[in-house]
Amino acid sequence: MSQTARPLSPHLQIYRWRVNMLQSTLHRLSGLFLCLGGLLLAWGLIAAACNAGAWAAFAAFCGSPFGIALLIAWTWALLFHLCNGIQHLYRDAGMGYDAAQRDHMRTPSYFAMGWVVIAVSLILTALVWICVFARASGGAA
Amino acid sequence: MSAIGENGLRNPLKTARSYGSAQSGVHHWWVQRVTAVALIPLGLWFIWLALGLAHADFDTARAVIGQPVHAVLLIALVVALFWHGALGLQVVIEDYVHTRWKEIALQLAVRFGAFIAAVACILAIARIALTR
Repeated sequence: MSQTARPLSPHLQIYRWRVNMLQSTLHRLSGLFLCLGGLLLAWGLIAAACNAGAWAAFAAFCGSPFGIALLIAWTWALLFHLCNGIQHLYRDAGMGYDAAQRDHMRTPSYFAMGWVVIAVSLILTALVWICVFARASGGAA
Repeated sequence: MSAIGENGLRNPLKTARSYGSAQSGVHHWWVQRVTAVALIPLGLWFIWLALGLAHADFDTARAVIGQPVHAVLLIALVVALFWHGALGLQVVIEDYVHTRWKEIALQLAVRFGAFIAAVACILAIARIALTR
């Protein structure tokens, strides 16, 4: 902090946009959002440990339009963070960095993988919520 | 080797004055990865469990959470989740909060908050599993 005269790296607008910029930003944002989701999990567990009234309040929040919107967002945040995290671990192991995979013009697999991560997380989120709504309509009948 | 010493060709002062490695930086990175690997199966399992708990009433929810396998995995999930979350928030604070007292206050708040939340969750799960 004391040394302020150091050279600075170029700022964002210098770089050509790549999908891994979106992945990196979304990974942080989804991580922050999932920390809040952890608090919701804590609320649910504590409510279940307390009494039926506390659980009803929790269930009412989760079943409200705002609660459902939050839960859908949390589902996607969890599944994106999970899929992107698997890609992180894969690359942490040193895989996926070959010249052919890096070259966007020849073999776009390095960046294509980013789009695959985003697509898979969205598809899985849709599947989870199709299950939720199918059960809701089946259970009510 | 004995002439060069443990620090190689470096003067020990270089390390002492905080320009060298503290030899523990990899620990944060490693624990973040260990908890991440744990959270892959636990996260997928939790989504499945949560799907079963959607629309559940109080007694059903307690019965599901209180099953021994579910209780054990939930405790594992809670520990990995809040640990991983605290490590992630720590890095975000290090990156974006540059006022020293705010940074320390936030780091302490994250650590204490994550710890308290994890302990509260574990106690809640244990209470549900043990009082039926």
